[in-house]
Amino acid sequence: MFYFILNRLAQALLVMAVVSAISFSLFNFVGDPVNNMVGQDATREQRIEIRQQLGLDDPILVQYQRFMINVAQGDFGLSYRIKQPVSQLILERLPATLELVFASAVIAVFIGIVLGVFTGIRRYSWVSKIIMSVSLIGVSLPTFIIGIGLIYLFAVYLRWLPSSGRAGVVELGGWKTSLLTVDGWRSIILPAITLSLFQLTMILRLVRAEMLEVMRSDYIKFARARGLANRAIHFGHALRNTLVPVITIIGLNIGGLIAYSVITETVFQWPGTGLMFIQAVDFVDVPIMAAYLIFVALLFVVINLIVDILYFVVDPRIRRGGS
Amino acid sequence: MTNLLEIKNLSVDFPSRRGQVAAVNMVSIAVAKGEVLGLVGESGAGKSTVGNSVINLLEPPGYISGGEIVFDGTRIDQLSNEEMRKIRGARIGTIFQDPQTSLNPLMTIGKQLSETLIETLKISGASAREKSIELLDSVGIPNPEPRLDAYPHQFSGGMRQRVVIALALAGDPDLIIADEPTTALDVSIQKQILDLIKSLCKQRNLGVIIVTHDIGVIAEIADRVAVMYNGQLVEQGKVKQVLQKPKHDYTKSLISAVPSGDQKLHRFTVVDYIDGSEEKVTLENVSDHWLSKNKSSETHGTAVSVKNLSIEFAIRQALFRKNRISLKAVDDVSIEIQTGESFGLVGESGSGKSTLARLIAGLYTPKSGDINIFGHNVLQKTEKTKTSLIRRKMQMIFQDPYSSLNSRMTVEDIISEPIRFHRSTENSSETTEVVKDLISFVGMPTTSLKKYPHEFSGGQRQRISIARALASRPEILICDEPTSALDVSVQANILNLLKDLQEELSLTMLFISHDLPVIRQMCDRVAVMQNGKICEIAETDKLFDHPEHDYSKHLLGLMPRMDLFRL
Repeated sequence: MFYFILNRLAQALLVMAVVSAISFSLFNFVGDPVNNMVGQDATREQRIEIRQQLGLDDPILVQYQRFMINVAQGDFGLSYRIKQPVSQLILERLPATLELVFASAVIAVFIGIVLGVFTGIRRYSWVSKIIMSVSLIGVSLPTFIIGIGLIYLFAVYLRWLPSSGRAGVVELGGWKTSLLTVDGWRSIILPAITLSLFQLTMILRLVRAEMLEVMRSDYIKFARARGLANRAIHFGHALRNTLVPVITIIGLNIGGLIAYSVITETVFQWPGTGLMFIQAVDFVDVPIMAAYLIFVALLFVVINLIVDILYFVVDPRIRRGGS
Repeated sequence: MTNLLEIKNLSVDFPSRRGQVAAVNMVSIAVAKGEVLGLVGESGAGKSTVGNSVINLLEPPGYISGGEIVFDGTRIDQLSNEEMRKIRGARIGTIFQDPQTSLNPLMTIGKQLSETLIETLKISGASAREKSIELLDSVGIPNPEPRLDAYPHQFSGGMRQRVVIALALAGDPDLIIADEPTTALDVSIQKQILDLIKSLCKQRNLGVIIVTHDIGVIAEIADRVAVMYNGQLVEQGKVKQVLQKPKHDYTKSLISAVPSGDQKLHRFTVVDYIDGSEEKVTLENVSDHWLSKNKSSETHGTAVSVKNLSIEFAIRQALFRKNRISLKAVDDVSIEIQTGESFGLVGESGSGKSTLARLIAGLYTPKSGDINIFGHNVLQKTEKTKTSLIRRKMQMIFQDPYSSLNSRMTVEDIISEPIRFHRSTENSSETTEVVKDLISFVGMPTTSLKKYPHEFSGGQRQRISIARALASRPEILICDEPTSALDVSVQANILNLLKDLQEELSLTMLFISHDLPVIRQMCDRVAVMQNGKICEIAETDKLFDHPEHDYSKHLLGLMPRMDLFRL
């Protein structure tokens, strides 16, 4: 177990090193940062002075080393546009994104597994057939169309929910949450559903396929032969065996939720890191882009590590030699 | 004696696109308390379907189309699912073939036992735990209490089957249906499990139906036997009477096809009753055929020589060397196989016999030791081209004919691939000719070349594997359990084919099997392996008549009792 986690940590470090190298290269390949910082009328001397201040004349390896040392200390430099520390900007925006991702993950996992199990067990009922047909929409429609559709239906036509923004924010020990007020909940519902729909249908279809596979296995047949009730067979035996591959996909998909949140946050003007990233791209605000890249990679790596550890919890066969 | 279970004129149909397929046709059998009924037949005979219809767990779309099943005075074939569920486990216990897959891998065996006990006996969790310990003890699991918290993968195959039996007994049933309970197990374990089933049957006065393809199992355990062929019951009666004086032709040929461990015969007896098994093996004059070209001139001397060969597999990885655990799968093994000889390798699963074969075939790299083939050290890295030339002279036939053929290639492509790869023919028309010759050589029509592997039965697939092996013009053939996935009647055909090929082409053969009678028929010399080491190497007849090593004696003692077959 210890060896296994150590091994994974080493792999994670390697991934982070590669990603940080790529983010660093952004500084040198995405336009000249000085051009973006100073106005059109800045003199040549001013430009040279700024270059020297920023250390842009140093050899590339020295710059990379400086970048890595700063990043390791959580310092991603100043935003070119807002002139504030990037780490502070990200931390301010982070609660909004994490709450959105959390809400959609809960929706996707919960509804996805429940419907997946249902369609797996009642394979031939007409309800299952309808669920499967509708789930095709979730797989095939792009997120922004679903978002705009939901805004039209619930915000414009029915006027039940707000169309954009994040309302009802309360400060809770440095964490700005919108999950404590009714307004906050009303504003998170639409973006959360939009973001979760694709993952939900993926999980649904995966759970269903795994469930069908497991229901054919010998130990389910043997469980029936022992006279166990259907409930015990479906939820005690089948579901847990279904979960092993599902956990992998859920882990990867939560990373995907963060990545997709860029689109959802733009559609709903949700003040999270994704929206900040899109705005940074518009202004070629390289420090924010680089930091966001590293941040997303870090989340992926951490989630995958958690998934690997979850295997140990779910599947005793991986814990070999453990006891 | 009143019957516990009576099946009267049972028919089971499977609707398919080409109309109804009658899997079971008008079968009537009965079992009394304290009696073991053997239900024997080859694959596809419908014997498992009979067992499944008793517990109402037929694979869909199969359904009972006629007849009655009466259990303990009540008809059970028309009960609702819920009523039937209460009979399963509580009144009728079931044991399936493969203990590896019968248990839920993610649940401790204690939990699986107690959930069954709570469901069938309606007892509390605490007393279920006590009862579980009792049950595990009664099926011969030593020190059962701590084992309750173990997961299925922490048990060996035999122990796992004991757990399965404990689970089948949990509801205190009156009838046990055992579907091939020992097929996936080693001979020594097979005997233990059969003894256990038999003694439980007598102790608890259970009725037992044992479904098997293995006449040896029937001879070992059953009181009465019913023989099924093609969905029909062809014969039933007392075991002794049926095995010694079979009335029906099918039973006769089935019994005669069981390889004998007592004496060496020239050829295996072929089950001639079965339709389509009379494929004539046409052996042409091969001495001036393509197959015999390029032969090395040596007909004497050592073909394969293995010295002090060892290999280890890591069971547990760890950062520090002292925490790593590795298994010596082959441990300091030395053998010599003479040119033209049939060399047998026998042992139980895990003894390292397949690993040794794979080492010789070059599929694994050994940790230490030497392998010489026709005097050439194939482990030397300096002469790679020579090594690959030598390796070509060695071909392997694998155990499972289902997974060893590429299902997306036609038979013609499968057989011609080695020819084309080695460019061993002049042109493509010669390749086609050679492939045609090869397929008829292994006893199959040339029309099969355009088909895909799934269109063939297990035996036919194994013939295709043999043809593919021959396409490389081998001089050494390594056969790793070539017939253990096949029925006896098919086994006889394949083994005869291998024998003929060996004589015609003067091949050197390394023949691996766990089946002692087969080894006796096939091999000139035999090596007995246990735990990665060779215990004894001897002439076949000498080993069978006067084994020296204790383990050889032990193995030979486990052979099916042949005395029952003969008067």
